[in-house]
Amino acid sequence: MSKLPKPAELAKVSYQLPKTGWMDTPVEFKPGMFCHGSKPKSLELVGFPNPREWRPADADWKLPENWKEIIIEGIADRLKKYRSFRLFMDICVRCGACADKCHFFIGTGDPRNMPVLRAELIRSVYRKEFTTAGKILGKMAGGRELTLDVLKEWWYYFYQCTECRRCSVFCPYGIDQAEITIIGRELLNLLGLNIEWIAGPVSNCYMKGNHLGLEPHTIVGNLEYMLDDIETVTGKRIKPTFNRKGAEILFVTPSGDLFADPGTYTAMGYLMLFEELGLDYTWSTYASEGGNFGFFTSNEMGKRLNSKIYAEAKRLGVKWILGGECGHMWRVLSQYMDTWNGPADFLEVPKSPITGTVFENAKSMKMVHVAEFTADLIKNNKLKLDPSRNDHLKVTWHDSCNVARGMGMLEEPRYVLKSVVNNFVEMPEDTIREKTFCCGSGTGLNASENMELRMKGGFPRANAVKYVHEHHGVNMLGNVCAIDRASLKALMEYWVPGVGVCGLHELVANAMIMTGEKERTTDLRGEPLPSVAAKEEKA
Amino acid sequence: MGTISVKGKNIEVDEDGFLANLDDWNMDVANYFAEVEGIAMTDQHWEVVNFLRDYYKQYQIAPMIKILVKEIGKKLGPDKGNTKYLYELYPGGPAKQACKIAGLPKPTGCV
Repeated sequence: MSKLPKPAELAKVSYQLPKTGWMDTPVEFKPGMFCHGSKPKSLELVGFPNPREWRPADADWKLPENWKEIIIEGIADRLKKYRSFRLFMDICVRCGACADKCHFFIGTGDPRNMPVLRAELIRSVYRKEFTTAGKILGKMAGGRELTLDVLKEWWYYFYQCTECRRCSVFCPYGIDQAEITIIGRELLNLLGLNIEWIAGPVSNCYMKGNHLGLEPHTIVGNLEYMLDDIETVTGKRIKPTFNRKGAEILFVTPSGDLFADPGTYTAMGYLMLFEELGLDYTWSTYASEGGNFGFFTSNEMGKRLNSKIYAEAKRLGVKWILGGECGHMWRVLSQYMDTWNGPADFLEVPKSPITGTVFENAKSMKMVHVAEFTADLIKNNKLKLDPSRNDHLKVTWHDSCNVARGMGMLEEPRYVLKSVVNNFVEMPEDTIREKTFCCGSGTGLNASENMELRMKGGFPRANAVKYVHEHHGVNMLGNVCAIDRASLKALMEYWVPGVGVCGLHELVANAMIMTGEKERTTDLRGEPLPSVAAKEEKA
Repeated sequence: MGTISVKGKNIEVDEDGFLANLDDWNMDVANYFAEVEGIAMTDQHWEVVNFLRDYYKQYQIAPMIKILVKEIGKKLGPDKGNTKYLYELYPGGPAKQACKIAGLPKPTGCV
C-alpha cells in the first residue's frame, strides 16, 4: 500500500494546467488515488459480466474482445432510456461555472476533476459516435475515438467522483454530474470494471441482506453488546424485537451502525429513543441494510438490493417504515424506491403514533427519516431533554450531500441538534446546506488503499471544520450519514485532530432523560458527563 | 492477488497482504504475518488472535471493536479490557493488524 503523505505536503495543491490539451495528456494511475479492482467472486455472485482476477495498475485488464462494441451499445441503450443523459450530453456550453466547485478538483488540482471535463470524458465519445458533426469532423467537433486509454481514463475518474452534486448547484443549466458518473460507472460495469470496495458489499448485501455480511445472529449479538452499554449508562435493560410480525413500524438503518464506531453510538441512540417512546417497532435481520452500494454500480442492481425493504414490510405486515441516519440511502429511497419496487399500497401513510403527525411528504414511499421523526417529537414536547449533558461538546453540523442537497432536508437535523446541545456553531456559509462539501469518500470510495484520494477530496470539508475548530473551539462534527461517520473520523484525524465525529441520535440519547433511569455519570461513549467531571475536579 | 512463501509453501494473499483463504491459516502463517508487522507474539497476543478466529468461525466476520475489548477483558482481566491495551499489543490497530495475523478478511461497507 502506498504511504500517505503528511498533511502539510498534501495541502500543497498546484492548479497549473498541463501544457498539452486534455485529450493529448496521458493519464497516470497514481497509487493511493484508486481502489482495488473487483474480485471475481463478488461479480459472479450477482451475475455481473466478466468476473476475473485483474489489477487496475496492470496493462491488461482482461476485457472481452468486443469490449468497445459493448460500451457503444451501452451508451446507445442509455441514451434511449434516460432523457436526462441525452440532455446532459447535448447541452453543456463549457462555461466553467462548475470547474472549481468540486472537492476533488480543489483537493487535487487535476483538470480532469473539473466536473465539466469529467463529463467531457464521455461526451467526447458520444459526439464521435452519435452526432453527425462528430462523425464527420472528429476532434474538431470535440469528438474522440473510444480507445483502451480512454476506457482507463473513465475508470480512474469516475471513481474519483462521489456523485455529491455540488457542481450541479452552480450549473446554469442544472446539469447533474452525478447522473453522468452514474452512467459512466454503469458502462464500466458492463465490462466487469468495478472496485472491490463496492462489489464486495453488493454481493454481501445480495446474499446476507447487508453490506457487511452480518448474519442474523451477528446482528442480534452486536446489538446485545450495545444494550449492555446502555444498561451501564442508564441502568435500564432494553429488549428490542427482531423480525416481529404485526409490529406497527419496521426500522431499517445502514449496517455500519451495527458494527463500527461511532455509528454504534448512533444505534444506541435509536434503541434508547424508541424504548422511551414505547414504540411498537421491529428490527429486521433480512432487510438489514438501509444503504445501497448497488446504486453505485447500476440502476438494475440498486433496484434488486432495494427490493427487500418493501418485501420485508409486507411480510411482517407493518403499517409504515422508519429509516435510520444514512446519506445515499435516502437518495435511493426518496427518489427511486417507489418507482423501482412500489407502489407500496399495502402500507399506510406514515403517522407518528406519539404525536399524531401525518408525514404527508412520505405519502407515496411510506418511509420516514428518523431526523424528521425526532424533530416532530421535539416540536410536540414529547421528549424530556437536558442539553447540558452535551456541554462537553461544541458541535458543528456536516450536511450529508444526499439528504441535504439531494432531498432538501436542511432544517430538521438542525432543529433537533439545537434542542439537544447548548453549543452549536455553523461552518462558513459556502460549505453548508445545499453548498455542503462532500466527505470525500462517498459512493463507495471509503476504502483504505485510496486514502490519499480521500484526504484530498475531503480537504475542503476538513478546512471548514478547521476554521470553526480554531475560531470557536468546535470539537465534534455531527452528521446523519453512515459513510460520513466512518470516513470523517479518518478525515478529522488527518486534517483536524481534536475533532470527533458523531451521529445525531447519539446526541439525542445523551440529552434525553429516560423514565426511571439512574443518575447518569457518563455519556454513551463512557466519557464522564460535564457535571461529574466538574465535581471531580473540585474534589 | 499475490503469494507469500511460508516454510516452503506458497500461500495466496490479497492486495493488502491479507490471507485470501481462511483455511490456509496455521501458526506458521500467523508468525510470518507477525514478523512482517514487527510484532513479537506473546501469550497475550495469541489470546487476541485465538479469540478473533473463534469469533470468526461463529459469525463469519471480525468482531466489532466493542466486543473484542469486552471479551479480552473477560479473558485477561478487567484492566486489559480497553482499546488502549489492545493498541499496546497491536500498535497498527487491533482491527487491521490482529485480524491480518489471525487470517481474517477486512470488513467492507460503511466502516
